[in-house]
Amino acid sequence: MKIDKDLVDKIAHLARLEFQDEQKVKIEEDLNRILSFMESLNEVDTSAVAPLIYLSDEVNVFRADVVKQEITHEEALRNAPKKDSDYFRVPKVIDQK
Amino acid sequence: MKKYHSLAEVRSDISEGKTTVSALVDYYLGRIGTNAHLNAFIEVYTEEAKARALVIDEKIRSGNAGKLAGMVVSIKDMICYKNHKVSASSKILEGFESLFSSTVVERMLAEDAIIIGRCNCDEFAMGASNETSTYGLVKNYDNNDLASGGSSGGSAVSVQADMCLASLGTDTGGSVRQPASFCGVVGLKPTYGRVSRWGIIAYASSFDQVGPITHSVADAALLLEVIAGEDGHDSTASKELVPHYSESLTLNQKPRIAYLSEAVHGQGIDPEVKEMMLSQIKKLQNDGFVVEEVNFPLLKYAVPTYYVITTAEASSNLSRYDGVHFGYRSKNATDLESTYKKSRSEGFGEEVKRRIMLGTFVLSAGYYDAYYAKAQKVRRLIRDTSLELLSNYDLLILPTAPTTAFAHGEKTTDPVVMYLADIFTVQASLAGLPAISIPAATHSNGMSIGLQIIGKHFKEQEMLNFANFIEQKQ
Repeated sequence: MKIDKDLVDKIAHLARLEFQDEQKVKIEEDLNRILSFMESLNEVDTSAVAPLIYLSDEVNVFRADVVKQEITHEEALRNAPKKDSDYFRVPKVIDQK
Repeated sequence: MKKYHSLAEVRSDISEGKTTVSALVDYYLGRIGTNAHLNAFIEVYTEEAKARALVIDEKIRSGNAGKLAGMVVSIKDMICYKNHKVSASSKILEGFESLFSSTVVERMLAEDAIIIGRCNCDEFAMGASNETSTYGLVKNYDNNDLASGGSSGGSAVSVQADMCLASLGTDTGGSVRQPASFCGVVGLKPTYGRVSRWGIIAYASSFDQVGPITHSVADAALLLEVIAGEDGHDSTASKELVPHYSESLTLNQKPRIAYLSEAVHGQGIDPEVKEMMLSQIKKLQNDGFVVEEVNFPLLKYAVPTYYVITTAEASSNLSRYDGVHFGYRSKNATDLESTYKKSRSEGFGEEVKRRIMLGTFVLSAGYYDAYYAKAQKVRRLIRDTSLELLSNYDLLILPTAPTTAFAHGEKTTDPVVMYLADIFTVQASLAGLPAISIPAATHSNGMSIGLQIIGKHFKEQEMLNFANFIEQKQ
């Protein structure tokens, strides 16, 4: 598998990241290097093996469905980079052209 | 003041009137000040620790102090503590203050521990040398030119340099054990599910565990028994009862031990690390233990398997850092999409972005089966083979790391070289097994060499008993 510039752009968009100029060259190089290292896994025969998904043996951990207020409205907004008294603020989403 | 190696020593001196918790806190604060150049702490809770020491001294005098009274601990910057900052050593969490405490912090405080500060680590615990932190690298106390190891580098150095008695780190692929090995201290990673992750910043959720870093096996056992156990806030925390590990650290019978041939005779292992293994094996055999060589040919696939799965999990765990709800927001953002992209690109460091990109790729349509599902299959093989070994033997022993602490910058140019520093620690992580690193020898370069012991699922007691036996013999 070879990752090219277009694929870097596509993955970066999916991950909501941006890479400019030399950063983009570097990440393409790094990804290719690491993926070829990861591809050694193809030497292992896994034709009869199911993927391991859950590591814990715990099943169906239940608790009573009780409403609890663990943080207040003010606390929820406390760490926001931009807010007003009620809401998180973001740049305008709907364009009014 | 003398250097304490266990809480038992501290308590004995307090009861004999030789010291007080307040005097101890002042001493550690002084040590933190004179060793500031090591960069182990991001923040020190000076006034709080002093005030709390007075309260704990009073509790000890009136005979109602908790199990950890007199223990001064630091916490890795991945562990939430109510109304205190926590940042995963990342710019993206700049200024973030936790609204609640992690279960591990609550349980330590309930037993009268004193938290003295927050320790530097690799950004989002992604690294093996504590060089990816936005706050800069951490220096090894024994040789300032060398790495502390990582990702819990600040935690390991805080204990190594006598700036506190113990620390809590987090271990995803070796992040407690490897820095403990580099710094000559004890580092314990519990069984997956043994300790609650409520209030722990997530990196890779099918791996992450909190673990103690201490001078002694006894203190690691004590801290584990305080922090472990069921938690209504975390359904992945096991309901399995927690033994009183620290009360019976003696070997009742001799465990059967295996060592991995690949981790002794393999390539890239420092000759003196190999020598430490051979001499441990010989000593144990002379003491009448069964110690046998086994093969584990899958070992060379452990690191690639680990990086496929952890990057996948990280890419999804770290999607929450969006510049909207908390943390850093780029001033260059003009609309919602650029708020996400610019905040994340400016807020995350290089290694974190590399892992998010890799994880996004291995999970993406068309590549999922070839990379992610493939690695999950190899993970099953590695786990099943490890469990099979542990059905014939009680414990596995291997080096914690192939070398002693390496130099700053030595492994930062090629990410694959840095990833291979985890070669001996990721097996236990992939299999969810408990493992501990204890100092076992000193290299001719002056640095400590760690011995790693891997136990059976939820059999920390047997592992700790054996670790304590080795520690006492040294």
